[in-house]
Amino acid sequence: MTSPTALAAPVDTRAAAQRSFLLVFVCTLIGAVAQILVKEGTGHLGAGHITLGDVARHPGLFFNFCISIITNFQLFCGYLLYGVMTFLMALALKGRELSRLFPIIALTYVWVTILSVFLLGEHMNFFRSIGIVFIVGGVSVLGLKK
Amino acid sequence: MHTPASSIVLVLFGSFIGSFGAVFLKLGAEHMQGSLARILNNYWLAIGIALYLLSSVFYIMGVAQGQLTVLYPMVSLGYIWAIVWARLFFKEPFTLAKVGGLLMIVFGVALINFGNA
Repeated sequence: MTSPTALAAPVDTRAAAQRSFLLVFVCTLIGAVAQILVKEGTGHLGAGHITLGDVARHPGLFFNFCISIITNFQLFCGYLLYGVMTFLMALALKGRELSRLFPIIALTYVWVTILSVFLLGEHMNFFRSIGIVFIVGGVSVLGLKK
Repeated sequence: MHTPASSIVLVLFGSFIGSFGAVFLKLGAEHMQGSLARILNNYWLAIGIALYLLSSVFYIMGVAQGQLTVLYPMVSLGYIWAIVWARLFFKEPFTLAKVGGLLMIVFGVALINFGNA
């Protein structure tokens, strides 16, 4: 006797795969917007220039910095988006192999770069552009089965 | 506008800590069982999330100064740690694809640093 769940399982796997691809693609866009919000938020922290050495010498700086993060609206929104993205990503990846979607996930590096130029007024140059191409290529290659 | 080396160090440090977060999430996922109460009691997951939060504080400290076009790509070096930890803790083998991808990422990050100079 065949149970109804056993019959239902293989149906529409192709459509389901396409849905996860699309959902992960949307996730990369959300992730990039979150990064821009985080960067914008840090502009309102007013903590000045803190280095790793400063934190090692004065651990109290770290706690003050944490407090200023929690009370920053843009950082809050950025991380909220990040949380939404993580949830959607988990939905999209359920029962699927993460490594096969690396080429799409790597697109985040492209979106962050484009948004940084258009929204933050940053400048690109030749070396940075080629660097991004190599990083996206490298992350994509990681998931291959060889 | 130049991105200070100290910001790059902070972002790299953050991604290093974050890579341990991934290890604990993986351990947590292996111990995962159905009910929500069980998931909330899963201390591997809790440690993993705590490490991610800690890593994000260093990341935020890093991106506070400098350009996102230079700093965000530095996060990709985290994949290298992830591959090393996967080998050490989960016996996942190094493959040609992993080594090739890793070299491409390192080269890309080097180019971005070169473009920052």
